[in-house]
Amino acid sequence: MQHTGATILRTLLERQGIHTLAGIPGGAILPFYDALHGSGIRHILTRHEQGAGFLAQGMARVTGRAAVCLATSGPGATNLLTAIADARLDSIPLVAITAQVPQALIGTDAFQEVDTYGLTLPITKHNFLVRSIEELLETIPLAFTLAESGRPGPVAVDIPKDVLNARAEITAWPEPGRRRATPPCTAPEIEALAALLAGARRPMLYLGGGVIGAGAAELARTLAHHIDAPAVTTLMALGTLTADDPLNMGMLGMHGGKGTNLLMREADVIFAIGARFDDRATGKVAEFCPRAAIAHLDIDRAELGKIRAATLALAGDAAETLTCLLQRLPAQVHPAWRARAAELRAAYPLIHPAPAREPLHPVNLIRSLARLLPDDVIVTTDVGQHQMWVAQAFPFNRPRTFLTSGGLGTMGFGLPAAIGAALAAPERRVVCVSGDGSILMNIQELATLADLDLPVAVLVCNNAHLGLVRQQQELFYGRRYSASRFQSATDFAAIARGFGLRGVTLDPEDDPLGRLASALAAPGPVLIDIPIHETANVLPMVPPGAANHLTITATELAAAHA
Amino acid sequence: MPDTKQPATTVLELRVRNHPGAMSHITGLFARRAFNLEAIVCVPEADHATSRMLLLVADDPKLEQMQRQLEKLHDVLEVRHRADIGVGYFSALRW
Repeated sequence: MQHTGATILRTLLERQGIHTLAGIPGGAILPFYDALHGSGIRHILTRHEQGAGFLAQGMARVTGRAAVCLATSGPGATNLLTAIADARLDSIPLVAITAQVPQALIGTDAFQEVDTYGLTLPITKHNFLVRSIEELLETIPLAFTLAESGRPGPVAVDIPKDVLNARAEITAWPEPGRRRATPPCTAPEIEALAALLAGARRPMLYLGGGVIGAGAAELARTLAHHIDAPAVTTLMALGTLTADDPLNMGMLGMHGGKGTNLLMREADVIFAIGARFDDRATGKVAEFCPRAAIAHLDIDRAELGKIRAATLALAGDAAETLTCLLQRLPAQVHPAWRARAAELRAAYPLIHPAPAREPLHPVNLIRSLARLLPDDVIVTTDVGQHQMWVAQAFPFNRPRTFLTSGGLGTMGFGLPAAIGAALAAPERRVVCVSGDGSILMNIQELATLADLDLPVAVLVCNNAHLGLVRQQQELFYGRRYSASRFQSATDFAAIARGFGLRGVTLDPEDDPLGRLASALAAPGPVLIDIPIHETANVLPMVPPGAANHLTITATELAAAHA
Repeated sequence: MPDTKQPATTVLELRVRNHPGAMSHITGLFARRAFNLEAIVCVPEADHATSRMLLLVADDPKLEQMQRQLEKLHDVLEVRHRADIGVGYFSALRW
């Protein structure tokens, strides 16, 4: 049958099982949008290409499968870059398809021409410039294979307009791209790991986003209980253990519990799984877990020894490796060590004012929010103080329920990711917790939300500041508040109404939690503007560059200022 | 007296897919990860589908990390450490 490059691309995506994609049309990509017309693929028209990128990320983070975003050449492509870079740092499978000016015009500074291949090269797992229909047939399945295999990541495919318009007779279609299996760890490696863990007296698990990526959350929970090891999670791994699990020591690092950070210092064996020893997690790396032998399991061999040399470095799939390990490893109990963990956890609780006195203190607010939502709610955040309060106080109980920009730390992630999550999980409630700084970075996607009428609630924690910047200026820059305060107040509820959504502003003096509950109970999308004190800080906090045991708690800070 | 000692170098040999982006991926990796890259020789193989590259790189503790990052590149098919090829190989190419 006679095809164009554009109909070939559409057919390849259909064969790949893609039924929803997000993007914005423009000159160079018009042939593909023409091919989409009347097709079974649902196109979500966002209002900015970055929104399309994060919407696709929301779908990918909920399902674990590669999702697709689209943009035209030039500014369309450059607007996608932040979402692509974000997917790279958080290992999210994404296929970003951009159109390019016709090949005859490449290099001539043509209208809306930019070197998308060059721009995406350092921020993708791999990228392609497709030069012919033959290459298109190879590249699209390969892009999905690469995005989903091994350590997942974004793949960019740039397609010149003349390739989209070219015609060809297609008699046989290539097989859809599938995830390639990762070679397993060897039996001697598993034996060595089992021996190291069996000999530990104070073992700990350090779980990263790779545990969730590998679908190994339940195995990691089983392992923790099997060897009686307290477990810490990175921001990306929250939800791996249930919040009330006695072995769950919560998040480590810059805004982790002080008890958690101190316990890691006492561990004699740390088993890191799918974690990359990020500086926000380790603090000053030379002083991270100084007494521990480190076993490091990662699907990406280049992560082994990148930051911290491991006693035992294992490249492999977490699910498969933990399954083998559990078969070989005798159960252990470490009552004294577990008691020490409980003691440290009790000694350093999350400090917050009494809920009755200050119901809108962020920690109280997040906990009230959790009580109002079903257990399978998906929570997205933007980046800043609200993100850390959610990480500290929201009781995540299952993987893929907390979607956040961890590595790149992109303000503007939360709203489009929440829309993507709601599309991928149509039966579930989705909440985007944002701040008044972050929400403005992709607020135009409220229009997309209005189009789709999805059950997404957007909570704006509004302190009229770039709060985490303000906090660092207070603590580390002599209270010189430089460009962290917004001079004019924005009426976010009115803006939401302007987009055709419900908008609610909570009043601290007028039953704010009751109004929060009724705003969340009503069906459909809503934006809730919540005033919070600008002086509320995220604590505990490790000063940037310091060792984790130097965590400053709220109590210590209050004593220092008294 | 200024220290005139040259930093220690060594050679990596790569077999790569021969297409326009491969070189960018490799040099981009070195720039992005702050690895030293002193010299490159690249010659297409007989079939022109693949090329062989010799990279003169710093012989420092980052060498293993450098090799692992290179192995992750889709266009890099093989990475070998060629300690047997000396820096003299590259200086002989000067013109």
